Amino acid sequence: MEQYKEVSNFFRNYKKDNIIQIRWHGRGGQGAVTSAKILAVAGFLSGYKGVTSAPFFGAERRGAPVIATTKLSKDVICDFSQIDSPDIVVILDNTLLKSINITQGLKPNGWVILNTPPQFEYDFLHNHFNFIRVNATQIAEEAGLVYAGIPLVNTPMLGTFLHVLPNIDFSHIHRALEQFFSPKAVSKNFDVISRVYKECIVEKSETHFQELQQS
Amino acid sequence: MTVLNNEKTISIYNNSSNPKAYPPGKHVLTGNQSAAIGAFLCGVQVIAAYPITPQSPVVEELSKFVEDGELSAEFVPVESEHSAMGVCIGASIAGARVFTATSANGLAYMCEQLHWASGSRLPIVMGCVNRAMAAPWSVLNDQQDSMSQRDAGWIQLFCRDNQEIIDTVIQAYRIAEKVYLPVMVCYDGYILSHTVMPLEVPDENKVKKFLPPYIPHTPIDINNPVNINPVTLGEPRYNANGVLCHGYMEHKYLHHKALRDSLNIIEEVDSEYKDTFGRSAGGLFSLYKTDDAEVVIVCAGSLSKMNILVVDMLREQNIPIGLVSLRSYRPFPNQKLSAALKNKKLILTIDKSLSYGYQGPICIDVKSCLFEAGISSIVISFIAGLGGRDIKPYEIAETAYDYWNKFLNNELNSENIYESQWINCKY
Amino acid sequence: MNTRDCGHIISGSSPAKGEAGKTGEWRTQRPVLNREKCLAVKANKDICYQCWAFCPECAIERKPGGPVDLTYCKGCGICAQICPADAIQMENEYDSSEQRKND
Repeated sequence: MEQYKEVSNFFRNYKKDNIIQIRWHGRGGQGAVTSAKILAVAGFLSGYKGVTSAPFFGAERRGAPVIATTKLSKDVICDFSQIDSPDIVVILDNTLLKSINITQGLKPNGWVILNTPPQFEYDFLHNHFNFIRVNATQIAEEAGLVYAGIPLVNTPMLGTFLHVLPNIDFSHIHRALEQFFSPKAVSKNFDVISRVYKECIVEKSETHFQELQQS
Repeated sequence: MTVLNNEKTISIYNNSSNPKAYPPGKHVLTGNQSAAIGAFLCGVQVIAAYPITPQSPVVEELSKFVEDGELSAEFVPVESEHSAMGVCIGASIAGARVFTATSANGLAYMCEQLHWASGSRLPIVMGCVNRAMAAPWSVLNDQQDSMSQRDAGWIQLFCRDNQEIIDTVIQAYRIAEKVYLPVMVCYDGYILSHTVMPLEVPDENKVKKFLPPYIPHTPIDINNPVNINPVTLGEPRYNANGVLCHGYMEHKYLHHKALRDSLNIIEEVDSEYKDTFGRSAGGLFSLYKTDDAEVVIVCAGSLSKMNILVVDMLREQNIPIGLVSLRSYRPFPNQKLSAALKNKKLILTIDKSLSYGYQGPICIDVKSCLFEAGISSIVISFIAGLGGRDIKPYEIAETAYDYWNKFLNNELNSENIYESQWINCKY
Repeated sequence: MNTRDCGHIISGSSPAKGEAGKTGEWRTQRPVLNREKCLAVKANKDICYQCWAFCPECAIERKPGGPVDLTYCKGCGICAQICPADAIQMENEYDSSEQRKND
């Protein structure tokens, strides 16, 4: 029995760290699925051999909490199953924190990337995880990245990844955007992404891991 | 009925290059995009489809190509899947290369027309984006829809990833137009259809070379009018010219023979494709680490790609396991498959569908092909992933590990052998 | 007896006399033409020909007052129904043969 448990753990963790798993939380209509795809393309352009990106399978409804995922790997990805232990979670809308446990399954040394107004209470997050916060809504609004009266926050959040994934640089993001948008939209999106990159606040937590082990 | 001369064939390939957004080379695309681009590259002339989740993006992409003037095809919006296949049948008889796609209940609604298409021996290619059959209502993936149409007389090819979807669509036209049978290109809904992954988009000029123009077997000729598929009696009959014509049964024999003959064609076309484009789409089935294997997993679709990982992890635990990824489910490669499964002690089939009241469809066929070859391995039917239930590689690995040990210790009981085993069913 | 040499890949038929065999044997009524009413006969031109177009057995010839090939006419009466000039009457086979004797 003891041996079986060992084998089972071996299966569960097999090549698990070969894949960088990213989970996007947003609301239906915010474009989490699109930005998850753009990240996959940028990742591919930066040299990741295996990339996948998928919506959380099912019907899409505007306003409902939705999940999208991106996987990046040095090897071809064979595992098409859904993400259960992400390395990075991205939250497009801070109001989601009330209704969803966004850190579920997040690896202890994982990253939380949050779009939030500055006054929002987020202490519980950066105490335990690496943490990036940015007011992408405001930046998008100022830059005029607005569609149907609503600031677009999905692509701007890509700017934060340049702090987390060293392989990906601005040129990859730019080329990825070109595959999804018109030249005019690309430059507008790209400007906002650059601003988000500069203005986001990165808080690397060095102690979180030990704390988590003790608790 | 005469064979059409070459000069009479409708000139195809009105499009002169790849779609603007998808030049030859590597792209990161969803399975649905992959299928649509495949149809584009084959120069389809008529597209008729009715939207259904998770197939809709295929048709959206194709209608965009048509709307943008990139693909000079007739896009026919229809009011149902039954009509969609009806339009495809008419267009294909008229000599056009046609494409459609559907899923689950749409496919079931098309059922009658599926038999018309195959009985009329029309080389229609259809994307079947595998989805669970209602009831209860589900939009998520399993393979019950296409498996339920097993006996519709279509060729059914299963794809493992998005690269294979585009390759299989291109191959499908080549196969279909050679043996005059419709082909269903089956790929898992959401898992492939909505997931982006890197794939190579082929060059249109190479596709042109690979795929000769479609010559219909019975051309529509105003000077030589024919009534296609009239009431055909059981017994043969003499026609007006005194020629003894097939009865219903002879036509069915020919239909079946064409399907059996297509076993060779599918392999030939795949190897020719490999010569032209540098990669295979899996032939009739593909083998992974089976040479020295004693236990083998048999499955189809995206699950067989995931099981490569499973085999790797089990091999590291010193389990002598291999994998057979079934690509051609109909025609069923019984002879070649049983040869590949010879000397294997334990065979684990994993179905994402069920022949209610018995076992998984793949399992049933594997068992029968082993029996006819005189192989008496133990075959165990596993059912997994119904209605979008997520399948984790470790679940399959644990199951295989467990059953291999049971086999070694002679612990397999009749319950294991006579009943299907359900993976991760929480009942 | 086999059908191997017919060369057909799908089931089909052509609009030709005799596609369904010698259907004249099925007949209980036969069409009789009133030449005074027939439009094509009266005009002596290639007109109308509704009876020719609608005959399911192709038993009517395409010429004014075109004779009916009784080997294949199955007596369905479509020609009589379709004739715009009401020039074709269906008569019982028995009556017709009696009449012929009297002539």
